Amino acid sequence: MKSRVPLRDLVAAAGILDSCAAWAATPSTSTFSHISTPAGEVNDLSLFVLTISAGIFLGVSALLVYALFRFRARPGDTTEPPQVFGSVQIELAWTIIPILIIVMLFLGTARVLFSVQDARRPASAVDVTVVGHQFWWEFHYPQYNIVTANELHVPVSAGASARPTFMKLTSADVIHSFWVPQLAGKTDLLPNRVNEMWIDPQRTGLYLGQCAQFCGMQHAKMLLRVYVDSPEGFQQWIAQQQKAQAEIAADASGAASAPINAHDGQVVFEHQACINCHTVAGTAANGRFGPDLTHLMSRETLAAGATPNTPENLRAWIDDPNIFKPGSLMPAMHLTGRQNDQITAYLLTLK
Amino acid sequence: MSTIPLQHVENEPWRLPSRGVVAMASLITAESAIFTIFVAAYLYYLGRDVVGPTPREVLEIPILGTVCLLSSSFFIVLAEHAITHARMKAFTLWWSVTILLGAIFLGDTAREWYKLIVHVHLTISTNLFGTTFYSLVGLHASHVIIGLLMMLVVFAFALTGKVEPAHAERVKVLALYWHFVDAVWVVVFTVVYLIGR
Amino acid sequence: MGTDTPGIPIGGGIEGLDRTRPHTTRGTYLEVVHSWVVTVDHKKLGILYISYALIFLLVAGVEALLIRIQLSIPHNTFVSAASFNRLFTMHGTTMVFLVGMPILFGFGNYLIPLMIGARDMAFPRLNAFSFWISAFGGILLYYSFIGGVGLSGTGSAPDVAWFAYAPLTEKAFSPGHTVDYWAVSLIASGIGSIGTAINILATVFCMRCKGMTLMRIPLLPWLYAVVSFIVLVAVSPLTAAQAMLMIDRYLGGHFFDTQAGGSAILWAHFFWIFGHPEVYVLVLPAFAFANEIIPVFSRKAIFGYPAMVAASVAIAFISLGVWAHHMFTIGMTSFGNAFFTLSTMLVSIPTGIKTFNWLATIWGGKIRFETPMLFSIAFIFQFVIAGLTGIMLSISAWNWQTHNSYFVVAHFHYVLVGAIVFMIFAALYYWYPKITGRMLDDRLGKWHFWLMVIGFHITFDTMHIPGLLGMPRQIYTYEADRGWGTLNMIVSAGGFIQAIAVLIFVYNMVHSYFRGETAGADPWDAWTLEWSVPSPPPVYNFASDPVVSSRRPLWDLKHPEDQDAPYE
Repeated sequence: MKSRVPLRDLVAAAGILDSCAAWAATPSTSTFSHISTPAGEVNDLSLFVLTISAGIFLGVSALLVYALFRFRARPGDTTEPPQVFGSVQIELAWTIIPILIIVMLFLGTARVLFSVQDARRPASAVDVTVVGHQFWWEFHYPQYNIVTANELHVPVSAGASARPTFMKLTSADVIHSFWVPQLAGKTDLLPNRVNEMWIDPQRTGLYLGQCAQFCGMQHAKMLLRVYVDSPEGFQQWIAQQQKAQAEIAADASGAASAPINAHDGQVVFEHQACINCHTVAGTAANGRFGPDLTHLMSRETLAAGATPNTPENLRAWIDDPNIFKPGSLMPAMHLTGRQNDQITAYLLTLK
Repeated sequence: MSTIPLQHVENEPWRLPSRGVVAMASLITAESAIFTIFVAAYLYYLGRDVVGPTPREVLEIPILGTVCLLSSSFFIVLAEHAITHARMKAFTLWWSVTILLGAIFLGDTAREWYKLIVHVHLTISTNLFGTTFYSLVGLHASHVIIGLLMMLVVFAFALTGKVEPAHAERVKVLALYWHFVDAVWVVVFTVVYLIGR
Repeated sequence: MGTDTPGIPIGGGIEGLDRTRPHTTRGTYLEVVHSWVVTVDHKKLGILYISYALIFLLVAGVEALLIRIQLSIPHNTFVSAASFNRLFTMHGTTMVFLVGMPILFGFGNYLIPLMIGARDMAFPRLNAFSFWISAFGGILLYYSFIGGVGLSGTGSAPDVAWFAYAPLTEKAFSPGHTVDYWAVSLIASGIGSIGTAINILATVFCMRCKGMTLMRIPLLPWLYAVVSFIVLVAVSPLTAAQAMLMIDRYLGGHFFDTQAGGSAILWAHFFWIFGHPEVYVLVLPAFAFANEIIPVFSRKAIFGYPAMVAASVAIAFISLGVWAHHMFTIGMTSFGNAFFTLSTMLVSIPTGIKTFNWLATIWGGKIRFETPMLFSIAFIFQFVIAGLTGIMLSISAWNWQTHNSYFVVAHFHYVLVGAIVFMIFAALYYWYPKITGRMLDDRLGKWHFWLMVIGFHITFDTMHIPGLLGMPRQIYTYEADRGWGTLNMIVSAGGFIQAIAVLIFVYNMVHSYFRGETAGADPWDAWTLEWSVPSPPPVYNFASDPVVSSRRPLWDLKHPEDQDAPYE
């Protein structure tokens, strides 16, 4: 079972299989199993270049192997071979032929380059602003006025209902890079600068990626999950996020409808340093350094994908983030067990 | 006797370039690359500051220093000419004039920095302009200082009569460095005081 | 070994040359050490450079093995995240600055004066200064393990990757002093490199023996002159950028401070303006070794000497205009991406010319498969692959996928190990007899070669694949569900095979120094001037200044009836 995965990928890497359907069932990070136009165009280009390169390699190594065999010194032969010093015609030939190959490769590249990078944004597109942080992702949906972290939801963009997602990328601290190989190539997130990229996923599902620019100690754990939802599913998710946001605002303004435990938790949360770094929409918590927790319970993982989001893990994470992610910038707050229980209960209400 | 036997040895004398000149040309190439990077940073950050002051507000064109430094190149050529023709008195005179002009340039820069730091409160950590300005002008000024120190050593030898016409080539190499320092000032002056202001 | 070439009195070199080497009596231990510390002899400094680099090769090799152990299985906890980041930063920095440059300068130092018929470098004292300041830089970098404090506040040694992108290196994100050690040690070794480059240029152009016109300089000194030019114009920008970084960190400057309007891209530009030409600084000497070794073991003159020189000069100039191909994902315009795609592809033309010229040199020869030649053949083969993956990476649109992935890591190790390290081994087997007077053991050499080739291909052929499967570089661990586990295990296993090969080589070096077969002046029946003097050469190199009339003076000597000059 385990050994089958690399074998399959070996085949893919050799460019023998250009298939996206073969292993769509499990999440993959292969650059060859594309489901979005930018990744697809690059994939076709890469197969074209691989073919040409393989041809050059076979030609040159055949010449080399032949020469090594044919011109090996025979035992006992001490005479010197005829000395040849060069030939202008031959030099010209192996200057001009590579130039022709380069022209071909360059034209192929330029076509993909301009069609992907300079694509026009259709009016129907979903906008997302991605902000990179050490070591997590922040996503804003300006059209829907919602903010989430680490798990990006986008609508499928297949057929007639084409609805690509256009992203603006920036960073709050150091350089990061957004890379989900099945969707598109990577684009860097830089402080003081906004870069752009787009995707139009053709199939629903979960697509994995991670930060691709070394950004400090936990660079390896800056994981990324992209959920491609059906159009209805996406609308549902949006509505849920907006509703939860409104509910919390209402809760905070009066009626203590939530269990008493969670309510106490919110009080503890707001009296600790938590709110300096985290935001919970509609409450006093409006920090920007850490992930937005408004819809924490709608995420499947904690700490940028470091661990599944279960109540037990959440409690352990609050107790000491270093258990899951050594070097995490969130400190252990040295809370009492009761305080920790209360905060966990509160966070569990953030749907 | 112990050379490789040859059939056709060229009879013309075997001439090679002076290693001092080649080495100085190489050093100048390397130094030019360093200055290029600092100039690029200066130009790139022009007008990108989020806080003041701006170059236009605080910089004045250093006319005196520029005139002195550029004319010093002329006098060092006179000095070179003198030593190749074995006129040692003239050499010492033109050499000292060159040093004097370089020193005036340095004094002018010092005056400018004093004004900027003490009165305008622009330091290297104030803003992007401060950082790039002091780095670039300071890098050039440090080259002037190194050039002056080397020329002062030669001057000391000249006063004690230890510089001879045989040293003409070494003087030429040093002069080459000084011409470079001058040429860099033309670039720095253009970038900082003409384009940047 | 070729010592049996009949009829040529090569042992004492050229007729009349003193065969007996003036043997200085060995002093006390302290006197020997002192003589090495104060030496200005280009041969001793060359040996110092090479030994210094070989020691750091072992250190950086151990770092590589630790990295490979950590990555061999997913979720490994062999080293901590902080240690891992230090390991790859130090591995990269060490290999480039403390192994690659010194060993190549070492060979240049040793060989250039001998090959151009000079008695020393143009500036012997500058030469000693350059070595010792470089050595100071290296020791300072490793002192950071004791003296620095890392990103997390607990560690030591730089942990910002070898290209050290700002603003990660700024005080705000890298408190402590590790970045300072990194910057200062690279400034120090950079000054040493620039000094040596100046020295090599002055030596090649101003110290040639009589008759050695520009078109008769052997290709090795020629290529070293080109390398030195690249060092001058490429290492200096790095020194300048490091100075800016220090201004930021110590004087509160804002060059790369994004909070004050500074730019993160500027550092990337400055670093790669150095970083890409640096590749050619390392690879051109490897070409230079190939240019000397391949003809001798093919028994033919190098094919297309003028084209080889022209191609090297072309590489030097093109290499200055390609740096931003390291930055295709940083958000350049599509026009910028297209420009750097094209300029990068252009590099393949002169490098292609070189490859084909080597092929043409072999063609029609009588190839002797001695150990140096075996490494050179593997070099050609691997260099072709490295060049092709290089072209793949220059395809900017595809680069969006491959950039910063293990595909890139595999590509540049193909260049740095498959081409450069292989040619360094070839050069060591080829010139070790000249340097020590003893041959390296041939049987051990064959073991070394075959294990190295097998280990190399297991590691670096495989390493391309996880990159295409989405594995980024510089991650201390990875998720089990990504399917990278088995591949990484194979990569790590190959690494250990290479380690065994290198250990065999180290043993061979030590063993042969004491027990090796005596080499004689010209064990390979070669043609350039260094083989005309005894092995090891006397302090003064040449008893009297040689005079040459072609590129291969010893060929002329051995074949008086068939001199080269009319054909050049």
